[in-house]
Amino acid sequence: MNAILQTRDLWKAFGGLIVTKNVNLSLAPGARHALIGPNGAGKTTLINQLTGVLHPSSGSVWLDGEDITRIPSNERVRRGLSRTFQINTLFPQLTPLEAVTNAICVRERSRLNILKRRFFRVSRCSAVIDEAYDLLEQLNLANDCLVETHTLAYGKQRLLEMALALAAKPKVLLLDEPAAGVPEGESDELFEVLNNLPKDISILLIEHDMNLVFNFADRITVLVNGEELVTGTPTEIAEDPRVREVYLGKGH
Amino acid sequence: MHSLLGVLFDGLAYGALLFVISVGLSITLGLMGFNNLAHGVFAMAGGYLLVTLMSKAGIGFLPALPIVFCAVAAGSLVLERTLYRSLYKSTPLNQVLLSVGIIFVATAGTNYLWGPGQQPVVIPEWLSGQYDFLGLDLSRYRLFLMAIVALITLALVFGLERTRFGAKIRASVDNQRTAESMGIRVDRVFQLTFALGSGLAGLGGALGVDVLGLDPNFAVKYLVYFLLVVVVGGPGSVFGTLLAALLLGVADIAGKYYVPQFGAFIIYVAMIILLLLFPHGLLGRRKSK
Amino acid sequence: MSDNLAKASRHLSFLKARERWKPAEMAFWLLLIGVYFVFPSSLVFASQILITGLFALSLDMILGYAGIVTLGHAAFFGIGAYTAGLMAANGLHDPFLGLLGAGIAAGIAGYFCSFLLSRGGDLTRLMITLGIGLLLYEIANSATKYTGGVDGLQGVEIGKLFGLFSFDLYGKTAYIYVLCIAFLLFLFTRSMMHSPYGLALRSIRENQTRALAIGIPISACLTNIYTIAAVMAGIAGALLTQTTQFVGIDVLSFQRSADLLIILIIGGTATMYGGFIGAAVFMFVQDRLSNLNPQYWQFFLGILLIVMTLYLRSGILGGFSRLAHAIGNRRNKEQP
Repeated sequence: MNAILQTRDLWKAFGGLIVTKNVNLSLAPGARHALIGPNGAGKTTLINQLTGVLHPSSGSVWLDGEDITRIPSNERVRRGLSRTFQINTLFPQLTPLEAVTNAICVRERSRLNILKRRFFRVSRCSAVIDEAYDLLEQLNLANDCLVETHTLAYGKQRLLEMALALAAKPKVLLLDEPAAGVPEGESDELFEVLNNLPKDISILLIEHDMNLVFNFADRITVLVNGEELVTGTPTEIAEDPRVREVYLGKGH
Repeated sequence: MHSLLGVLFDGLAYGALLFVISVGLSITLGLMGFNNLAHGVFAMAGGYLLVTLMSKAGIGFLPALPIVFCAVAAGSLVLERTLYRSLYKSTPLNQVLLSVGIIFVATAGTNYLWGPGQQPVVIPEWLSGQYDFLGLDLSRYRLFLMAIVALITLALVFGLERTRFGAKIRASVDNQRTAESMGIRVDRVFQLTFALGSGLAGLGGALGVDVLGLDPNFAVKYLVYFLLVVVVGGPGSVFGTLLAALLLGVADIAGKYYVPQFGAFIIYVAMIILLLLFPHGLLGRRKSK
Repeated sequence: MSDNLAKASRHLSFLKARERWKPAEMAFWLLLIGVYFVFPSSLVFASQILITGLFALSLDMILGYAGIVTLGHAAFFGIGAYTAGLMAANGLHDPFLGLLGAGIAAGIAGYFCSFLLSRGGDLTRLMITLGIGLLLYEIANSATKYTGGVDGLQGVEIGKLFGLFSFDLYGKTAYIYVLCIAFLLFLFTRSMMHSPYGLALRSIRENQTRALAIGIPISACLTNIYTIAAVMAGIAGALLTQTTQFVGIDVLSFQRSADLLIILIIGGTATMYGGFIGAAVFMFVQDRLSNLNPQYWQFFLGILLIVMTLYLRSGILGGFSRLAHAIGNRRNKEQP
């Protein structure tokens, strides 16, 4: 099995504080791989290193057989690596339609000639806009696509987070706590969206919501203090005493 | 050799003044991230207050200094409450515009009340003149300046490192949210720190009338220098500000003395180079929100 | 199904409506043409306003659309002004050539400066731009042999436009010249800001982190727009030189950068017209108040700034658009 996303001996330290310890993560193509662990385990830091926001102290990151450790963030997106943020990181004054159109235009940069990119009105790129609208429709955002993002409800913003990442037509999708802050009643919509994601996208999911994790993932890695504790199928993880210890403390 | 030491001495004295005025700005910038370009207005206010107290109220130089400190500190609190407070969460642009507005009002007002000319100040007898040290003629006033600034620096460092309040300031600069969750009233800390910093600026302005001059354009003229010192030293760091102030003081004086044709812009080139090398300041502490 | 079709075309028409030329816009430009006939004695002043408006538009590109706060934009204005002046004073009298030279010089400067902006946070960037502006001022001050120093550059002779129209004392030729150049550059900017490129810029302004995460090469984009803005500022500076046949050192001053920032804020950022409106308002009031008493002007400006930052965040045009929004909302509510 050739992993589509891989870290090799990844280490990250901030001064004396080691936040990533010798992580060798492997994401299989088409996988639904969850990354769990207590708060402060270094999950988001890991994602930041995968996307290029942070530079590892040592070790490497590989995407589809290519070493991307030195490649800047925006380039990684071009090669098919997309992410969402734990805290909504959106464009407040743009409408969802504009935001997604923007993301698609960026993706299509090389295919649009310079005149189209720089001087033609956005509304002339009707194919792009249609694609944006379709994507928003799939995520139940079609009704809200014309209002400014900052007016949207939190749950809708969370969906937009996902839409922006999907607009890049990624090979690998990194989801950082997509259910964060979403109240019980609105999380069904999110689950449905997650389940309907194309099967050819490989997904790495950070989550605390165990319901979501065990329903969605086919593989789980437990991260504790920046280090991989164990990786296995959901059943294996559920039965592993060490995992229970991590979450519930010793003596359970 | 002689002139080198002389330039060094003058530069250090000048830098010391820049430090006293700018340290308040550095702490408040590091603490609240508030871009207050109008900090020089407090220094200017201190200067004009000193001159007025001495000439109109007949108060002596030394006794007037603490009065200036307290008055400017109090005045700054009023400004903070009425104007600054509503813009803490606002964009840097808005903060810059507000402070530029304050500078304009202060400059125009000062011009109106005191006229456009330089304000003369009468330094007490025992502080004027030179002091012969190893063949060098050192200005007594500048020696006095450096002594005062050394005392203030010690007091600041002691205050920050050893007192409870100082610990609260350091905690709030490091990580506001955590500080708040520990029960520290960050807004209270900020108010007092702001007052302290502005008071120091006023004191610096008063001490600096003889060295830096005083006219209605003071706040604009020296704006760049104060900002420069803070940004190069790194917002939030007392030592960083001190280091930057002394460095830039010496660089400016040396530049004007040795290469007068390029004098003025040595300091700008130095600033740009330093900022490129240290984008977060020499000893800057990055704020984690 | 038909419901979806209706929605699909609705979103497209929404975008199209925003990009179309509005009647108010056309009225604006027609008005400017009208000024030529209605106020023949104030054409010099009108040209000044147009030039400042163009300069403000160039700042709007980087401030309003890309979100870079700069206090040193006058540097490029000044470089353009001096380039055009030096060219004219040394035998190259053709005005269009002057514009070209100014644009190139300012563009090169802008390009190199943009690399200095990628490091550090907002305040560091502000300081670097401020420092560059002050630095250039001092250089111009010292290099009196080339720039004339504080006295300004003399001997600037501008040739005839197209070899036919000379710049007259009443500023008639100048006004038409400035109006045409301004309009052309405006068209250029407008189409750019309504393109995918403009959309990408706005997203950088809105959230740099996210823009990077969707694949936008932020530094390259910012360098790009900064260079373009510098070229435009340089051309505006050249226009000033050519229409006044003089270059004063104040073209590089901090005052000019600060005033420009104020003008743009008054007019409203990211609206394409904020620069022109702001320039008109600012220069009118300045003309009246400055003559009364320069201190009143400064005081008034200060109060205005304070009030605006506290209460009127989006400037005049912003206020108008909010009003229009509110009226629109009221109308929507009334419909069933």
